[in-house]
Amino acid sequence: MNAVFQSTIEFLKVFWAPLLCGLAVVAILPLIVGYIVLVERKIMADMQARLGPMRVGPHGLLQPIADAVKLLIKEDIIPDNADKLVFWLAPVLSVGAALLSLAGLAIGPAFQIAQDINIGILFVVGVSAMGIFGIVLGGWASNSHYSLMGALRSSAQLVSYETAAGMALVSALLFTGTLNIKSIVEAQSKEGIWFVMLAPVAFFTYLVASIAETNRAPFDLPEAESELVAGYMTEFSGFRWSLYFLAEYANMIVVASVATTLFLGGWLRPFASVRWLNFLDFIPALLMVAVGIYCVQRVPKQPTRVQQMFMLAVAGLCFVLGLALLAPVVVPAAKPFYAGIHGAFWFIFKVSLYIYFFMWLRFTIPRYRFDQLMRLGWHFLIPLSIVNVLLVGVALIAGAYFHLQGWGLLLVTTPAAVMALIVAFLILAIEKEHGARRDQTSAPDFYAG
Amino acid sequence: MLDKVLFYFFAGLAVASAVLMVTRRNVVHSAIFLITALLATAGIFLQLRAEFLFIVQIILYVGGIMVLFVFVIMLVNLDVALQQIQFARQKWVALFVALALAGQAGFMFWSSGKVPGQGFPVLTAAAAGNLPPNSETVAHSLFESYLLPFEIASVLLLVAMIGAVVMAKKRT
Repeated sequence: MNAVFQSTIEFLKVFWAPLLCGLAVVAILPLIVGYIVLVERKIMADMQARLGPMRVGPHGLLQPIADAVKLLIKEDIIPDNADKLVFWLAPVLSVGAALLSLAGLAIGPAFQIAQDINIGILFVVGVSAMGIFGIVLGGWASNSHYSLMGALRSSAQLVSYETAAGMALVSALLFTGTLNIKSIVEAQSKEGIWFVMLAPVAFFTYLVASIAETNRAPFDLPEAESELVAGYMTEFSGFRWSLYFLAEYANMIVVASVATTLFLGGWLRPFASVRWLNFLDFIPALLMVAVGIYCVQRVPKQPTRVQQMFMLAVAGLCFVLGLALLAPVVVPAAKPFYAGIHGAFWFIFKVSLYIYFFMWLRFTIPRYRFDQLMRLGWHFLIPLSIVNVLLVGVALIAGAYFHLQGWGLLLVTTPAAVMALIVAFLILAIEKEHGARRDQTSAPDFYAG
Repeated sequence: MLDKVLFYFFAGLAVASAVLMVTRRNVVHSAIFLITALLATAGIFLQLRAEFLFIVQIILYVGGIMVLFVFVIMLVNLDVALQQIQFARQKWVALFVALALAGQAGFMFWSSGKVPGQGFPVLTAAAAGNLPPNSETVAHSLFESYLLPFEIASVLLLVAMIGAVVMAKKRT
């Protein structure tokens, strides 16, 4: 017993900081996800010329908390013929995988729970892919046709698009020669150019594949409400349902962070290596102050006293954040914190933009048919991403031959990207011809895959 | 000490879930226990500081092969499969093979140190902070020392892939 106790102490001595950070992430993430949902509803409302949630708190700012309380006190229903153990396990698996993969991400040079893992990006991608078991087992355990169909669709979709996403990652990793997340960002700061410029086709492939992997519209076939009620989540209610929801949004954060790290320069400021653009450092603070002033302006329009106070509090928070972001630029004593604070700002900013793009697509593009989805994955994205890996490799060899670096690499990668685009159009042309012939001969197989 | 605790935890988990995987009647439960066994093996890899093997185990076996397993299990009609008596004819062959394997492993343990040149070589552990970067080492050995076997294996996989596509294609 003594030995076990001793090794526990030994374990805690080394790992107390990551454990605390992990605990903090697990505690805070549901709140963040709740607010992402609120933002999504607000954006949806804006695009459809409505107001969205307005009742709970000023401009519906407390809506996520009300929703969370509602979900927690809802009756927990388990179907009679369900496999109880697996039914219990499935949502936990989903959310566990999503949360675990967050551990590998670096929000700034200082903020990373699992510091400097050699296999960083593989860890994040591999562990988050395990969430599929939650969906598949949940769909099976519900003992319902809709659930099973949703689960089958989901696993087919994920396996198909994983390949394309992996190939896109390989194209970007070719530039770094390392899997370590910090080294990947540092490589981009050394080159002075983000990999989205060097491998635009890979970024596009990853973007499409990541939407499909997170089961978001227009690829949300596993939970298509017009066909499958709610897919694999049909039989889940209350807290279990909210776990699935949490996993979906955590996965969105994960894919957005991977894209940010690999393609969008991680925590780097735009043009971080260009000296005369250093005034860009004031942008974060200015943004925060602008939001704060807007909030103060809205205060008189709030209907009740409580809501006015709340709005003022939000404005105050914005001003404090603005000060915190301004300090490292202006005060010399706070200079060491520059990388951490501004890094976190830019990282979260880019992740938010990526997620905003997801939402924008969701409210713009209608849902795909399942056989179209499979065809897009297997006949278009996978060949394109494989060809792109080859072209990027050739471009890199050419770049090394001519001793090109940084922006100079564009000289060789741009022709590679153009060639990949030509290949893409060729594939599309062939697909169109084939598709027309296939549609004439046979009816589409809706449950293909 | 910590290493030992972690090793016995993962090893015990792997063995227990492997046994459970064989004994469960429900195919999906078996699949879940197989996943647990594979994850526990990955844990042992991580405890040995083989990060790359750890993640490859998870991505390939858990994330790739097991997803396909579960996928196929759900497509098969389980009620029919459950009524059949399985593996009955292989019982004695399996017992013989298992005993032979256990005997060989036992001999390896017994002979280590007693017969020169036999048994397990005992390697000295490298200091934890002093390990070479994992994925780089694997890449160097794959693409420098073992390039030809690597290429042969790739060609084999390609052949299998093309074969699968040919077999799956509708005959029109």
